[in-house]
Amino acid sequence: MKKQVQFIYAALIYFFLYLPLAVMVAYSFNASRFTMQWKGFTLHWYDQLLHDASLIQAALHSLAIATCSATAACVVGTVTALAIHRWRFAGRKTIHAVLFIMMMSPDIVIGISLLVLFMAISLPLGFWTLFMAHVTLCVPFVAITVHGRLQGFDPHVVEAARDLGAGEYEVWRHIILPMTMPAVLAGWFMSFTLSLDDVIIAFFTTGPTFEILPLRIYSMVRLGLKPEVNALCAVMILITAVAVVTTQGLLKERQ
Amino acid sequence: MKDSRLFKRLVLSAVLLWIVFFAFAPNLLVLLASFGHVSTTTFVMPALSLDSYARLLEPSYGRILISSFALSGGVTLICLVCGYPFAAIVARTSPPWRNLLLLLVVIPFWTNSLVRTYAMIAILNANGIVNRLLLSMNLITTALPMMYTSGAVVAGLVYTLLPFMVLPLYAALERLDQRYVEAARDLGATPAKTFVHVVLPMTLPGIVSGCMLVFLPAIGMFYVSDVLGGARSMLLGNFIRDQFLTSRDWPFGSAASVAMTLVMAVMLLLYWKSNARLAHREWT
Repeated sequence: MKKQVQFIYAALIYFFLYLPLAVMVAYSFNASRFTMQWKGFTLHWYDQLLHDASLIQAALHSLAIATCSATAACVVGTVTALAIHRWRFAGRKTIHAVLFIMMMSPDIVIGISLLVLFMAISLPLGFWTLFMAHVTLCVPFVAITVHGRLQGFDPHVVEAARDLGAGEYEVWRHIILPMTMPAVLAGWFMSFTLSLDDVIIAFFTTGPTFEILPLRIYSMVRLGLKPEVNALCAVMILITAVAVVTTQGLLKERQ
Repeated sequence: MKDSRLFKRLVLSAVLLWIVFFAFAPNLLVLLASFGHVSTTTFVMPALSLDSYARLLEPSYGRILISSFALSGGVTLICLVCGYPFAAIVARTSPPWRNLLLLLVVIPFWTNSLVRTYAMIAILNANGIVNRLLLSMNLITTALPMMYTSGAVVAGLVYTLLPFMVLPLYAALERLDQRYVEAARDLGATPAKTFVHVVLPMTLPGIVSGCMLVFLPAIGMFYVSDVLGGARSMLLGNFIRDQFLTSRDWPFGSAASVAMTLVMAVMLLLYWKSNARLAHREWT
């Protein structure tokens, strides 16, 4: 009896989580434009997406910014995580706390504070400002993921390498980096999805010269339901699902 | 040896430089801006006034602040009450199934929240799923107006943020040593007593971090209010955005953002306190 109640409760939550997404994906195949009535299966809306040049442009911008900022965030985040793991120095704990606070900071606070920074040094808003903003958003996630993995390492391996004459650089190059690679890759995919997911920070830190997909969707969504938007959102969900499954696989491999 | 010292110094100064420039400087500038005056030429005229903070407490603006906190608080409470039993169920499931259940929570967690907010329209619309279901069951005769109400905003926020509550709760419940629960039961505690005195305190850090991950974004997610709440802006996030982009009153917007940061600071303090208490308990 108790088991059944639990099962029904969990099923209800999953139903709540997936029903809106399922309905949206279903309607992206609906031939009718104006009603919610089912008028038959069509791929017309997906075809339209492929022929919308400015939409494709925005999507490419999004992929570019997600790829660049994920890569840069991985470099900065991994180096930061390794530094606080390997070395004892003043302010080590502070850096860890700062990373945690940055991770918890609401997007809107990050967004406007970076907008104020960019205005203070008179940087024009566009690719570079958005790039820096997304790197800032992603670094704490990468650093904390990688640091978490590093805590599980056997320190004897590094000691053995040292005894065999490896210097700091060799230790990093041949031991620490290869051992952290799966966590770094997981961090990359995490950053990639974070960047694709972000609306709020991009809203403040990019300019009209560099429009990205979420902002484009935002301006379309405000006008209500549209089959093209359904199709576009379905594609976004698919990309996220693939990235998530890959990330989970990478993180599990390590355990 | 000298070589590696140089390497260490280089890496450390790069990391520090990055943090100073992208973490400290922006927030310091916002704090400074919040004490400034409005300027038409340079956005902010440097000054040392508390005007913006005083205005934030005026009844008309204070109301936005309070209603936004109340709305987000309600969303957090709903997520906690619905998410806790759910997280417990997932944590108790045996491994192969558990990973699948978890993955099904993680996918919406990472899906674009704007996309998920948009998906809610088809559910809440006048001719959306809920209304059509109620109509076909003859429970209502005309479609209920659900869109553009504060209820729609709450539903949208709960929908987008529920996974953010479930994941930390799951982590805390999964770490919970079942032997404590068994010991409490063996010593004669009722299930309710075991929950209040054993399970709840031991999962408190998870509860606090879950609440933080729901409450803070909920205040800021202006697009949920825009898409589901219509013209009436209900969140502090809308207010901050409008101050920066429409009214061009940066000091006022900055002051609101500082207020939000203070709320976050209080929540972080609670989180660290609850963590420290738990660590202390485990030692003694």
